[in-house]
Amino acid sequence: MDQLYREAIIDHYRHPRHYGCLEAPDYKAHDLNPFCGDELTIELKVDDEGIIRGVAFDGKGCAISLASASMLMEEILHESLDEVKTWTREDILDMLGIEIGPVRMKCAMLSLKVLKKGIYGLDQLEEEELD
Amino acid sequence: MPRNLNGRAAAAADGTLDWAAVRSQFPIMERKVQGGVQLVYLDNAASSQKPAVVLEAMAHYYRTSHANVHRGVHTLSEEATTLYEDARQNAGRLINASSSRECVYVRNTTEGINLVAGSWGRANLGPGDTVVTTVMEHHSNIVPWQILQAERGFTLRYVPVTPEGHLDREVFGSLMAEDPKLVCFTHVSNVLGTVNPVAELTAEAHAAGALVLVDGAQGVPHLPVDVQALGVDFYVYSGHKMCGPTGIGLLWARRELLQAMPPWMGGGEMIREVTLEGSRWNELPYKFEAGTPAIAEAVGLGAAAEYLMDLGMDNVASHSAYLTNYAYNQLVEIEGVRILGPGPEERMGLVSFHVDEVHPHDLAAILDLDGVAIRAGHHCAQPLHQSLDLIASARASFYLYNTESEIDRLAAGIERARRIF
Repeated sequence: MDQLYREAIIDHYRHPRHYGCLEAPDYKAHDLNPFCGDELTIELKVDDEGIIRGVAFDGKGCAISLASASMLMEEILHESLDEVKTWTREDILDMLGIEIGPVRMKCAMLSLKVLKKGIYGLDQLEEEELD
Repeated sequence: MPRNLNGRAAAAADGTLDWAAVRSQFPIMERKVQGGVQLVYLDNAASSQKPAVVLEAMAHYYRTSHANVHRGVHTLSEEATTLYEDARQNAGRLINASSSRECVYVRNTTEGINLVAGSWGRANLGPGDTVVTTVMEHHSNIVPWQILQAERGFTLRYVPVTPEGHLDREVFGSLMAEDPKLVCFTHVSNVLGTVNPVAELTAEAHAAGALVLVDGAQGVPHLPVDVQALGVDFYVYSGHKMCGPTGIGLLWARRELLQAMPPWMGGGEMIREVTLEGSRWNELPYKFEAGTPAIAEAVGLGAAAEYLMDLGMDNVASHSAYLTNYAYNQLVEIEGVRILGPGPEERMGLVSFHVDEVHPHDLAAILDLDGVAIRAGHHCAQPLHQSLDLIASARASFYLYNTESEIDRLAAGIERARRIF
């Protein structure tokens, strides 16, 4: 277990990075995980070169979904939007560094789902992409 | 069938039960999980496990007697029909139905409530009418009424839940003054465990001229139920929470109501005569059972009802109350644990709780690594969780085969989760 709840996951859960909101974000999206009622909002500020210069997330959820969001914020800050668009579920699983069963997958993927929803402004695309 | 498989075999001559013998009648209790840990199954409010007698009854039916029911005159069809109808008798006897004509097979409690909404509701509700349900309900006793409300334009009102986890009787009383046509509530809350005073609430609703529908999904597994004594009009339960299979349940309703209600699905079996100009409906309860039914599942439901009646529902209720009480007292001692709902004397079968700093999903995942199965989430009762200002909770729910030492393992797992977070 100790694998599923490795130190870094617990640390990000207890001390989430970039938790809160931004002033006048360029991108903002919100979604729910109906399975457990987790909810997440992600905001981004992007400069003229398309580089992400500000990130923030807000929400309620389990350790897996909140650690996933917190880690993702760190990963994408100062990255280009085009680069972030290529992120897949495998990237999230690598980032988390734990094995996740089918039921908890929705918790782990909520952050990427909300991020992509914000960037693309489309629901449908992400649902298909992440399933 | 081996003699030691039935419920009576666990009963001593003096009427007391050997609960270890009862446990041994459930094959899945042998199951090891997580690389060799003994399974502790505490998710019974979601679905119970099955005794061998139910599994055998279904397998035996398929092996020896399967054919379609109420169709052919050949041997197997007659056997299948007899088994199917005997099962209906048992499923009705479990709740003291006076006639199996008042017992309609449905897929589950949800389908039974949808049947009442779609048939009785569509025929009887319109603008100016009021339906009362409660914040305590499972989504299955809220959403069908919301869907019908959008179509028929009646008023839907909700009885709130008090901080102690009871229905707010004062608001209930004031809503009765609005002359509702139907009052719906659960027998036992699937989150709080609260046992509602069904007979009292029913008398109050009847005095206001309303009919009463009771969701018995969490009541039938644990309590002796007598629909005649309770005085209700509609009572619905699922098979899979009371030792039976999935895909089968029972809607009981008073005969005159069923007689007046239109069919809700058309097709085979539910008709008496079909012409191209129109059709006449079959007698009760077949009017509501269109198409080939879940025959093996019905046989399993009947076997489960018989099993519980052999154990004696009074015995089952005492055992459930004992386990619930034991778990409540274990959990209430753990620092950081907040138990939802009333005290142990006023609840049945389950304890839902929240652990400080630990999301219910993480708690369930950590317990699962110890082989302990509980439920985490909103338990299909989002309005109730909203009223408690929680997005989710953890729920441990008990049944015939659970033991004190399993509840001790639950408590140890909660302590362990608290140390991790």
